Amino acid sequence: MGQKFLMKGNEAIAEAAIRNGCIHFFGYPITPQTEVSAYMSKVLPKIGGTFLQAESEIAAINMVLGASSCGVRAMTSSSSPGISLKSEGVSYIAGSDLPCVILNVMRGGPGLGGIQPSQSDYWQATKALGHGDFQLLVFAPATVQEIVNLMGTAFDLAEKYRMPALILADGMLGQMMEPVEFPEKKTELPARPWATTGTKEKRKPNIINSLYLKPDELERTVVERFERYDVIKENEVRVEEYLTEDAEYIVVAYGATARVVRSAVESARAQGIKAGLIRPITLWPFPEKTIANAAKRVKSMLTVEMSMGQMVEDVRLAVNGMCGVSFFGRTGGIVPTPAEVLHEICKLAGGAE
Amino acid sequence: MASFHKTKGLTDAIFHYCPGCTHGIVHRLVAESMEELGILGKTVGIAPVGCAVMAYDYFNCDMIEAPHGRAPAVATGAKRANPDNIVFTYQGDGDLAAIGTAETVHAATRGENITIIFINNAIYGMTGGQMAPTTLPGQITQTTPYGRDVTRAGYPIRMCEMLSTLDGVAYAERVTVTDVPNVRNAKKAIKKAFQTQIDKKGFSIVEVLSSCPTNWGLEPVEALKWLKENMIPYYPLGCYQDRTEKGVF
Repeated sequence: MGQKFLMKGNEAIAEAAIRNGCIHFFGYPITPQTEVSAYMSKVLPKIGGTFLQAESEIAAINMVLGASSCGVRAMTSSSSPGISLKSEGVSYIAGSDLPCVILNVMRGGPGLGGIQPSQSDYWQATKALGHGDFQLLVFAPATVQEIVNLMGTAFDLAEKYRMPALILADGMLGQMMEPVEFPEKKTELPARPWATTGTKEKRKPNIINSLYLKPDELERTVVERFERYDVIKENEVRVEEYLTEDAEYIVVAYGATARVVRSAVESARAQGIKAGLIRPITLWPFPEKTIANAAKRVKSMLTVEMSMGQMVEDVRLAVNGMCGVSFFGRTGGIVPTPAEVLHEICKLAGGAE
Repeated sequence: MASFHKTKGLTDAIFHYCPGCTHGIVHRLVAESMEELGILGKTVGIAPVGCAVMAYDYFNCDMIEAPHGRAPAVATGAKRANPDNIVFTYQGDGDLAAIGTAETVHAATRGENITIIFINNAIYGMTGGQMAPTTLPGQITQTTPYGRDVTRAGYPIRMCEMLSTLDGVAYAERVTVTDVPNVRNAKKAIKKAFQTQIDKKGFSIVEVLSSCPTNWGLEPVEALKWLKENMIPYYPLGCYQDRTEKGVF
C-alpha cells in the first residue's frame, strides 16, 4: 500500500489479480471487459506467467480448469454473453472442487443485448451459473478500490473452500477511472496437496473429477459441498450499512447502483426522510440476517437494480413479510439517476418530494 | 528369459470396456510408453467424456476428467501451469472431432506441446451407438438407421489429414491395432508422440482406428475384419506430419 494510481476498473482488476499471485490468465475478447486481457497480455509474458487468448470462452474456462487442477492460481474474465458460454466449465470446476476466479463485467441482455452497464446476471451468478446443485462465492464491488481489495479475498476464499469465486462487476465499474492503492505482491500461496502436478512416483495418483456414477456417492459429495456452504454462510457474509441505525426506509442495492442510491439517500436525509442503504458486498452468501434484522425496525424497503428485479427476490425472502419491499429498476444499459431513486424513496415516505 | 508382466503405467482397476473392444490394447500401449520413457511420475493425463471417461481410474499417473470435447483446452491449462510436466489427452471421435473440434484444432495450431491419443471407432460408444463425425458413408448406427446418407448427414472428417495442414503440428500419425504388426506400429507411434513432447517439439497426435463390436453389432474378430475392410480404405494408415526433428517453432 502507499502509492496511488489512477486506473480504469478493468486494468485495476488485472493488476490486483497479478499481485495476488495469479499469473495464469485465459481470456477471450468481449466488450466491456477487454482491457483486462490487454493488461494481462502486456504484463504476464514479462514475469514468467501465461496470457493466452483462447479460441472461445468455453476453451478459456477449461484452460482455467486445467491450470487450477495443476496447482496454480488461474483466472478468466468476460461479460454476460461470454459468461453464459463459460457456464459448462464453471459447473465442472465446482463439481471438481477447484478454486478459481471468474470476472463478469455485466452488460445488458438477454441475447447479444447491449454493451452498456447492467446487473441482469444476478440470477445467473447467484442461482445457476451451470447445471447441478452448487454455489459460487459472488462478490459485488462498488468502487475500483473495492474491486482491488476483493480480488485477494476472492482467491483466498476460493482456495480455502475449494470452489469458484465470481466477481460480479458492471460496465460502469469496468470502464471508470478512480485512484487505487494495491496490496504488496503475494509471494507465498497456500499448498495444494490435491493438485495434479505429477506423482514423482512417490504418492498415489491425484484425480480431479466430477463423475460419480453411484447415486449414493454423488449425493454424499454434494451434501458435503453444501455443508461447506453452510460454514461459508455463517462466516463469509460481507455487507455495508449506511445510515441504517435510525432509518425508517432502507434501500438495498449493490455494485455501481449502490453509489447512485447513496446519493439519493443523502438527498432524502436532507429533506428530513430517514433513509438508509444496505449494500450487499457478497451476493452469495447473501446478507439475509442483516436485511431481516433491519426489516424488523423499518417502515418499508426498496430494492434498486439495473435489471427488471432479480436481487429483490432474495430481499423479499430475507424480509419474510416483516415489511413491504418495493422495487425500482432500469435495464438495457440505463443507469438509474439519483433523482429517480430519490423519487422512489419519497413515494415510500408518503409522496412528498 | 523375458516374462510377460503388467506395466506399472496401469493401476489394478479392472477395465469396464466391452469384450473385444480395442480400448484395452491402446490403454496398455500408452501406459507402457509412459513407463518405458520414465515419465509416469511427471505425467498428467486428461480423460474425455465417452467410453474412456473412467481412464482416470486406469492410468497410474495424475489424471483430470475434462468436460466433453474440452480435453485439449484442459491440457493446455495444465501444460501452461507446469511446462515440465508431460500432458496427454485420451479422446474418442465424438469428443475430439465433433463437440471438441475447436479445442482440438486450436491446440494443434498453437503448437501446444501436448500429446493426443485419438480413438476413432466411427461411432459413439458410451451413449449406445449413434453416428459419430467419423461414421462411414452408408454405415448403420442408431441415428443413421438407413445408413449414413451424406446428403443429409454430411461426410466423415479425416482428422490427421486436416490437422497436418497446421503449422503447429509436429507429429500426426494414424495407426490401428487389428493385429500384432499393427499393435507394434501403434506402440512405436505413441512412444514417438510422447518423445516429441519430451523434446518440446510441438503438438503430437496419434489416431488409432479402433473397433466397437458392441455397437457395430459384430463379433470381436468380425469387427476387426470390418475395420480393415472398411475403415482403413477411408482412413489410410500412415504418418501425415513429421516435424519432430526441427520442431514447430
